[in-house]
Amino acid sequence: MQISQTYKLHFLILSIALIAAFLMNLSMGSVSIPIDEIVSIFFGNGATKETWQYIIMDYRLPKAFTAMLAGGGLAVAGLLMQTLFRNPLAGPFVLGLSSGASLGVAILILGASAFGGFLGTLLLSQWSLVIASALGSFLVLLAVLAVTFKIKDTMAILIIGLMFGSVTTAVVSVLSYFSNAEQLQQYIFWSFGSLGNQSWQGVLILSICFLAGIILSLMSSKSLNGLLLGENYAKSMGLHIKKTTFTIILATSILAGGITAFVGPIAFVGLAVPHLVRQFYKTSNHLILLPAVLICGSLLMLVCDTLAQLPFSEFTLPINAITSLIGAPVVIWLLVRKRKLFF
Amino acid sequence: MAIGTKTKTFLLMNSEEKNIILEAQNLSVGYTSKDGSSTIAKDINFSILKGELVGMVGANGIGKSTLLRTLTGMQKALSGSIFLKNKDLTEYSSFQLATQLSVVLTEPPASKNLSVLELVSLGRQPYTNWIGTLTKEDKKAINYALDITETSTLANRKCFELSDGQLQRVAIARAFAQDTPIIILDEPTTHLDIYHRAYVLKLLKKLAAESHKTILFSTHEIDLAIQLTNKMLVMSKDENYFNDPCKLISEGRFNALFPKETIDFDANTGRFVVKR
Repeated sequence: MQISQTYKLHFLILSIALIAAFLMNLSMGSVSIPIDEIVSIFFGNGATKETWQYIIMDYRLPKAFTAMLAGGGLAVAGLLMQTLFRNPLAGPFVLGLSSGASLGVAILILGASAFGGFLGTLLLSQWSLVIASALGSFLVLLAVLAVTFKIKDTMAILIIGLMFGSVTTAVVSVLSYFSNAEQLQQYIFWSFGSLGNQSWQGVLILSICFLAGIILSLMSSKSLNGLLLGENYAKSMGLHIKKTTFTIILATSILAGGITAFVGPIAFVGLAVPHLVRQFYKTSNHLILLPAVLICGSLLMLVCDTLAQLPFSEFTLPINAITSLIGAPVVIWLLVRKRKLFF
Repeated sequence: MAIGTKTKTFLLMNSEEKNIILEAQNLSVGYTSKDGSSTIAKDINFSILKGELVGMVGANGIGKSTLLRTLTGMQKALSGSIFLKNKDLTEYSSFQLATQLSVVLTEPPASKNLSVLELVSLGRQPYTNWIGTLTKEDKKAINYALDITETSTLANRKCFELSDGQLQRVAIARAFAQDTPIIILDEPTTHLDIYHRAYVLKLLKKLAAESHKTILFSTHEIDLAIQLTNKMLVMSKDENYFNDPCKLISEGRFNALFPKETIDFDANTGRFVVKR
């Protein structure tokens, strides 16, 4: 696809904003740490206070990385789904992917008592959460995909995605009914979404999922561009529809499934960010849109996280609530201003 | 040539047969389902030469779109065969076919947020690398396609800003940028006013004449098609006729298109006249 203008300036501004948000995120929280101290820690000079070094290295830095990976990954997953289904309202959440992940985690947490004891604790390790969530979302996406091959109407597929969502919610409520209070609380806290309490090992696992998903997405960028014309046109240009659909859905489930496992089902980023980016980037070329959506998603999540930890206070709000509180007005504002959402 | 391919061999190869680019033999088209197949059109025979402009006419539901979908490889033929450059169409991979045959469909582009330049550039997809980088040659083909369809001035406009007539020209530009010897269009004149209908068909004639493309289109503009095309395929319930428009008129083939009590073809003017 030919690019009528370069977006170097856009990317420069976004990158500077991302770095600023990153430093801001590290600096703000219940304990305020000056930015020059943070820079000093990065260059290995240490901070004036021992605790600051500890807070930055073991708590805030993994959290900031998690925020960037989760925000960027979910936004890219949203863009992939919007183009694949050629529907501006598509996103991992709408198609029941997050519900699938929730079901996987619910079965794991709420069902762990069935195995009990040692096996139960083993099942609740970080890897098993990732696997349960990824499996849950992958199964839902496969079901959506099976429907996609039967039904051509994209609205029908969206409705079926919603139905999958309500079925998984129902299964989760049945599971909750038979669980004890402690497990229920654990599940509910997971569903609030949380970027904190990540080990460096967790960040590493998340980075692997993220990289795999992003590489698959970038590899599909030409096919994604072709799909903008519609399936029949894409086919007439030699595009292998089934292979493309599978790659895109695989990338989405790795991204959304992996991220949901680590940080919980975070809403709105996947839907809102691609639309936000389309306001500033007057191109449909996914080779430009993908990195832009990636950076913008990371930026938005860092800002949301900074707000969620309520600077200068002891409280931390659920990240899921903040993304929705910011995301929903943004989408409404876009609709009011443009009257039409494109994809 | 690999052994066992259904390649046509010619005992006598005169100059006309050499130039045949698309050929249908006893072709039947329709749909297959669990309950068997339903034939929509049968006994279709034609051979189209390089650089010819061919119009396909027939009543609604007679199978024009089904035939076009079969010719472009989007659905399988029920029986009979199609030869593209003397090779059976089923032997082409979808990727090979993309360099031989481009299409203009009745559906608009799925994303109206595409700019005209982006949309036309997508026509180069069969030639670009895995990431879609455009080479100098690609850009030349895109600019040529924009020029010949007179859409250069629209290059930076978004598709949702275009009129139906402009959008149709842009769709043709995209097919042209795909740089295939054959372009197939499904009803390129629907939703257009009389000026744009004539404009689009004249544009197709220009493309066929100047760049030696073979162009096949279905249409309801029978009188315009008679004036502009080299050959026509007239599809009716009982039989299909393929010939020069003039010969089709003298043979009275257009009379078979519609029920005579409502509308009749006037051979002198080349138009349909409503019966009073």
